[in-house]
Amino acid sequence: MRGDTDFAVQVKGVTKVFGTGAQAFRAVDEVSIDIQQNEFLTLLGPSGCGKTTLLRMIAGFEHPTAGQILLDGAEISHLPPYQRPVNTVFQSYALFPHMTVAQNIAFGLEMLGKPAGEVRQTVDAMLTLVRMAELRDRRTDQISGGQQQRVALARALAPHPKVLLLDEPLSALDYKLRKDMQIELKRLQSETGITFVFVTHDQEEALTMSNRVAVMNQGKILQLGTPRDIYDHPAERFVADFIGDTNFLNAQVVNSAGGKVTLKLTAGEEVTADLPGGVAPPVAGDSVTAVVRWEHAKLTAQGAGQLSGTLANVVYVGTDTHYYVELSDGTTFVSRIQNSRDDELTFSEGMPVGVSIESNGVQVVRN
Amino acid sequence: MGEAQTKAPGTGTGSQVQASAERARKARVRAHWLLNTPALIILLCAASGPLFVVIIYSFLTPGDYGGIEWAFSLDGWFSVFMQRDIFEGTLSVADAHMSILWRSVRLSLLTTLTAFVLGFPTAYFIATRPRETRNVWLFLITIPFWVNLLIRTFAIMELIRNKGVINTILMSTGIIEQPIQMLFTDFAIMVGMTYVYLPLMVLPIYASMEKFDFRLVEAGYDLYATRMKVLRRIILPLAKPGIVAGSILVFIPSLGAYVTPRILGGGKNMMLGNLIALQFGQGRNWPLGSALALTLLAMVMVALLIYVRGVAKQDSGRH
Amino acid sequence: MTGFTGIAVLCFLVLYAPLVPLVVYSFNHGSSLAIWEGLSLRWYYSAWENELVQEATIRSLVLAISAAVISTAVATMAALGTTRTSPYKGLTLVYALINQPLMVPEIVTAVALLIVFAVIRAATDYHGMAYLILAHTAFCIPFAYLPIRARLEGMDLTLETAAADLYATPLKAFKRVTLPLLWPGILAGFMLAFVISLDDVVITELVKSAGQDTLPTYMLGQLRRVITPEVNAISTVLLAISVVVVTIFFFLNKEKR
Repeated sequence: MRGDTDFAVQVKGVTKVFGTGAQAFRAVDEVSIDIQQNEFLTLLGPSGCGKTTLLRMIAGFEHPTAGQILLDGAEISHLPPYQRPVNTVFQSYALFPHMTVAQNIAFGLEMLGKPAGEVRQTVDAMLTLVRMAELRDRRTDQISGGQQQRVALARALAPHPKVLLLDEPLSALDYKLRKDMQIELKRLQSETGITFVFVTHDQEEALTMSNRVAVMNQGKILQLGTPRDIYDHPAERFVADFIGDTNFLNAQVVNSAGGKVTLKLTAGEEVTADLPGGVAPPVAGDSVTAVVRWEHAKLTAQGAGQLSGTLANVVYVGTDTHYYVELSDGTTFVSRIQNSRDDELTFSEGMPVGVSIESNGVQVVRN
Repeated sequence: MGEAQTKAPGTGTGSQVQASAERARKARVRAHWLLNTPALIILLCAASGPLFVVIIYSFLTPGDYGGIEWAFSLDGWFSVFMQRDIFEGTLSVADAHMSILWRSVRLSLLTTLTAFVLGFPTAYFIATRPRETRNVWLFLITIPFWVNLLIRTFAIMELIRNKGVINTILMSTGIIEQPIQMLFTDFAIMVGMTYVYLPLMVLPIYASMEKFDFRLVEAGYDLYATRMKVLRRIILPLAKPGIVAGSILVFIPSLGAYVTPRILGGGKNMMLGNLIALQFGQGRNWPLGSALALTLLAMVMVALLIYVRGVAKQDSGRH
Repeated sequence: MTGFTGIAVLCFLVLYAPLVPLVVYSFNHGSSLAIWEGLSLRWYYSAWENELVQEATIRSLVLAISAAVISTAVATMAALGTTRTSPYKGLTLVYALINQPLMVPEIVTAVALLIVFAVIRAATDYHGMAYLILAHTAFCIPFAYLPIRARLEGMDLTLETAAADLYATPLKAFKRVTLPLLWPGILAGFMLAFVISLDDVVITELVKSAGQDTLPTYMLGQLRRVITPEVNAISTVLLAISVVVVTIFFFLNKEKR
């Protein structure tokens, strides 16, 4: 036996099919993932990728068509939601409108049959934890969206679940509040030591808060890793495209050795690139896609750098300037340069320019 | 080998899980039926079931002192439309029944028309009020509807009696010398039914206009349309579903009215509802009463069918 | 459309004007319904003292409360059984049965019940209130059902999911979350059923056993005789009850939004 209890949740080959026959839809497709104790894991993907369905299966609101879900090493697939020591923060918060803030937070504890004194103590502690003590007797429709969010968090944390599931909880908040809540959530996670599984379609949320991110698309997990891993070493074209701003360049392999490949860019010179893990090294002559992040390239004089083309467009966006370069093979390459006060504008539209890519700035991805 | 071992329990549990999900679904459906059962039993016993008994009764022989004899007979249905002369044995159309049937249809149509003439402008009026006051106007329309129908009919009766308020005032001011006979006429029935069913016309028309943007009307005026044109081209088509629904809601209860014609029409000016009730008195003809009741039910069903067809047509026309 | 406003004002007048003399003459000292002879509560006293009115009032109330309680209870269950579920076989039939009393003319249902109950009366020799209670309960069901169903359909399903997530068993989730949220709908359904039962004339008139007058059938019987303002007094009280109940209903519904 492996040390199964190192993991808070284990999802083993889980598939969820909605509907039958011709209308059958595979929302989750043979997904396996081990979620570690005390980690902040984010399921990231576009809407309809199956992330919420996966979350709902862990919570017990949906039942897998095939596969197993283990909590602390014990199979829970057959348990109804009210027998799983797992709590959820809903996208709509789902606060009980006929109860006060305190009554909402007490609900789970009361259902667990905790003695009144303990319920009161825990509710007080939770109210303090989410900084809502003054509003304990308010009705939930008398508080703001951000405050409702905190109550929903407190309510789900109060029974001290083994895992807290968060289903796009920040999507209803405005930008500023969302930023604050990101930090708040991170703080709550480290203070309580509870495993958080967070679902979002917002890459920035995923990168800022998580220990690990699982990128999902079409019911499958494409890549699982730390935010840095995912950003710096995207394994697939979809991941590279979904997270961050990325240029895709056609290239041919010149040679490959020791996890490094030398590529000849169709629109430029030879470059060296990293290979994603778990990919069979390509052989010389293979056609591959190379990715370069917008911020990993800058403009140079024509002839210098690995690429050359014509500057088609310059877009000023405050902190940065985006340079759109039309390459010799007709594709457009974007370079993002941070602005500083003593910049002189040396490049103007229509000018022939060169593009210099940082060393380690090129990745090869699976198509 | 290792692969096969880990996979087998996984899929096994999967199908188990699916089977239990199917069991859970069936249990849910069973629970839903269990919840419906008490209501359905009551409705079957005291609403739907008895209708089938009426069908059976309409094909039986009338008993000597009311009730029935258990012998098949078409006389009940026969006498709805025809009558046999006792002395000569000849057949003729049942004039009395035909005139009551005709009165029922005619008065119900007239009631519907009058209710529309009064109700449409009222619905328009409410729909064009500011949003905050609309509910108050609507409330004022609903209140009389919830007042006992008997009381409202009674109020009309007191108003139009020979010694009632209207005649008393007219006579004391010397406009007339003899009271005008209004009670116990078809006119009285029509007025009474319009009065009691008017809210049923206003509410659905209002509902159809509620979401309507009345700036469209202003746009209509802007384009130099005359008022009649705006009414005909813009407002009426938009309110049509409500008008149809309102007309049905007034027409159907009018057709089956019992209380209002009984009080305002008296013994002579009967409508179908009164004729039906009459057949179930002592020593009367229950099979005929059953056949008449089913005739009324059939007429109502036809009206409903026309309504449903009309709505379906309108929907398909829109898409 | 100024012409429309005129007709609308006329319409409101028409709706309320006839009720004014009805109420006013209930306070008339004399026995005329057209000649005013001074203010008096004489006819209210007279109705209060009238044993037939007393009996009819008690019977009406017992009937309306029984029918409203039973119909609201079964309608609540039926509303839970017909909403918030993927359609199942027979659901349309359930809808049809529940709404049937709204479609079939009352006089038809009345004679149908008269026939069936006559058979049962002959077989059992029972002449009690059960016939009326059963008949009233049946036609009250759709009125109780509609507001409860509307309330259920407007309810956020995730609230019950959240309750289950927070360790509430289905029964506890129903008691602590669903039922409290459904309560205004149930109350509205109860009040509608109560008013509908209290007002019924046709079915009661044809179904009741001998001597089982309710207030409305008693009044209908009185109209055959010389009418005194006593009938106005009873009408005014009934009218007041309807207005009060409907007003409460109106505000209950309004708060929901």
